[in-house]
Amino acid sequence: MKIVKLKKENLFSFLEAISEEAELWAPVQKYENKHSFQLIKDFSQIDLKYTRTILPPKKLFLPPTFNMFLATEQGYEEDFSHATKKILFGVHPCDIHGLLILDRFFQHVFDDPYYSKARQNTLILGLSCWPDENCMCKSTNTHIIEEGYDLFFSELENDYLVWIGSSQGDDCIRIKPGFFDEDITDEDIQIYIKWQNERDKAFQVDINFVAMPDLMELKYENPIWEKLGDACLACGSCSNVCPTCNCYNVLDKPLLNKDTSEIGRCWDACTLESYSEVAGGENFREKRAQRLKLWYTHKLQAYISKYGKPACVGCGRCASTCPVDINVQTVAKALEGKDMDTFWNRLSKEVTK
Amino acid sequence: MNGENKCMNQTNPYLPEAARIVRTYPLTEDVKFFQVRLVDMEKAISFKYSPGQFAMISVLGAGEAPFSISSTPSRPGLLEFCIRKAGTVTNAIFKLKENDHIGIRGPYGNGFPIESMHGKDIIIVMGGLGAAPLRSVLLYCLDNRDIFGRVALLHGAKRPAEMILREEFFALKERNDLECYLTVDADDTGKWKENIGVVTTLFPLLKDINPSKTFAFVCGPPVMYKFVLKELIKLNIPKNQILMTLERRMKCGVGKCGHCAIDYIYTCIDGPVFTYWDVIHMRELI
Repeated sequence: MKIVKLKKENLFSFLEAISEEAELWAPVQKYENKHSFQLIKDFSQIDLKYTRTILPPKKLFLPPTFNMFLATEQGYEEDFSHATKKILFGVHPCDIHGLLILDRFFQHVFDDPYYSKARQNTLILGLSCWPDENCMCKSTNTHIIEEGYDLFFSELENDYLVWIGSSQGDDCIRIKPGFFDEDITDEDIQIYIKWQNERDKAFQVDINFVAMPDLMELKYENPIWEKLGDACLACGSCSNVCPTCNCYNVLDKPLLNKDTSEIGRCWDACTLESYSEVAGGENFREKRAQRLKLWYTHKLQAYISKYGKPACVGCGRCASTCPVDINVQTVAKALEGKDMDTFWNRLSKEVTK
Repeated sequence: MNGENKCMNQTNPYLPEAARIVRTYPLTEDVKFFQVRLVDMEKAISFKYSPGQFAMISVLGAGEAPFSISSTPSRPGLLEFCIRKAGTVTNAIFKLKENDHIGIRGPYGNGFPIESMHGKDIIIVMGGLGAAPLRSVLLYCLDNRDIFGRVALLHGAKRPAEMILREEFFALKERNDLECYLTVDADDTGKWKENIGVVTTLFPLLKDINPSKTFAFVCGPPVMYKFVLKELIKLNIPKNQILMTLERRMKCGVGKCGHCAIDYIYTCIDGPVFTYWDVIHMRELI
């Protein structure tokens, strides 16, 4: 892989130069300590030190709601207006891994043109980061990224190491060749290694994901699921913020002119009650415990059995979002049979409130 | 078959094709028969599917839902569906008349591996609307009668008036190249001359089954499975030769929307046809 060096002070000028013909999206602070990928008009908005955004990058490829096509008596008109040309800057390794999982999913058997078109039209510029108490990417082995980006910026002291991951990434570098230094010194390498070691030591969470498929299987009928189900609010927030959750509903929205409908999509979540309902009112997963089990079967068992790694990229969003603290960490701990008394006590208090 | 994109529209699997209702009539109080043809003649002829596959049918303004194909691929050109009025989409479909248009996408799902059953004996057990997907298997066997061994049909309904396609099944009783046994849970007409009782009461009529060369097909209301499967196991039919087709909520048909997920498989691409072994192995299936 080709690696070059960029002076920190040139970063925004570089981004400005390459985003002349595309929308630039990057993390900005929205509320106190809450960040979001937003369309950038003013470079000073960009927050390079963010930990995680509220919503993962999936919102740019399959927005919470969008139209797929217009249906009329005469035929169908496809609508790809969500798939504008974009440059997405500041994506952390976990979120790039999330996109790689979505790539595999949306291109399996049937290619989803709405996802693929948006993906093709977006350059991914990654950025190195530092873990907080909810980051689990070392456990999921997604703290390191080798593919899925066009450029990746690893922060050194005064520079960025820029890893060029694609032909388009290389084209970007060529727009401002003067900014980039191909001479990476031994000192740079030492700084990088030191940073990496310290970063790896900064993780506060350690989960043995390899053990999860067997634990899920062995504890399928365990009462912990009922307890979690009793506490779960079935709000769907965990699915909204998860970088690999991709379930959706299809909407037929008739326009005032009766012969035309907008056929659209909106995010859905398997934790919601209506999710597994079929015609006639029969519901295959009426209980919250059943729905939670499906969510965690997908994340912690199915994907590991199939591809050797979890469908969790360790971003920690479920941990920082769930109002009752049901998340990959607490569920994994419960499955491992670790001491959870305080957790259960708090949950039962929440339930009786 | 599994994992192959045979959908009509290869670039955008979500776009339906326009189809015309060429014939529709009621089968029971709440089930209607629909014979449809794709408006585009070439697509109508080249629409290839297997028994057990399904299609997504859409009505402008009402939405889209999955329906098993009741016709057989051995009679190309027309597609047939038996549809029960149960929700928004089916209510809209029920209002349509002959020559009205609907949207169709598909075919989807794995379907029955019928090509691998040449020379085998076939037992078809259907209850109520379970006849909709299994009619495709039945007609396929009859259209290719010489390549299958014994063919037996067991069909149960709640009452005589609720037996869908009963004229078609009564006509089959006249044939001597298949066994056709019909039953109703209760006869409220006083005119029913066939068996009375649940579908499992027909099993004693199946004589001299050769289990290792028999494939059984089961589809019906959820309560039926437990009892029918017990009978089939009593006959010693291997669990992976007992096939059933399942119903789930589906929004896309192409393995993306997630609604039909069971354990870690998607009913729409890995199913809807599963074996009894799959059911034991995977949980949540029935």
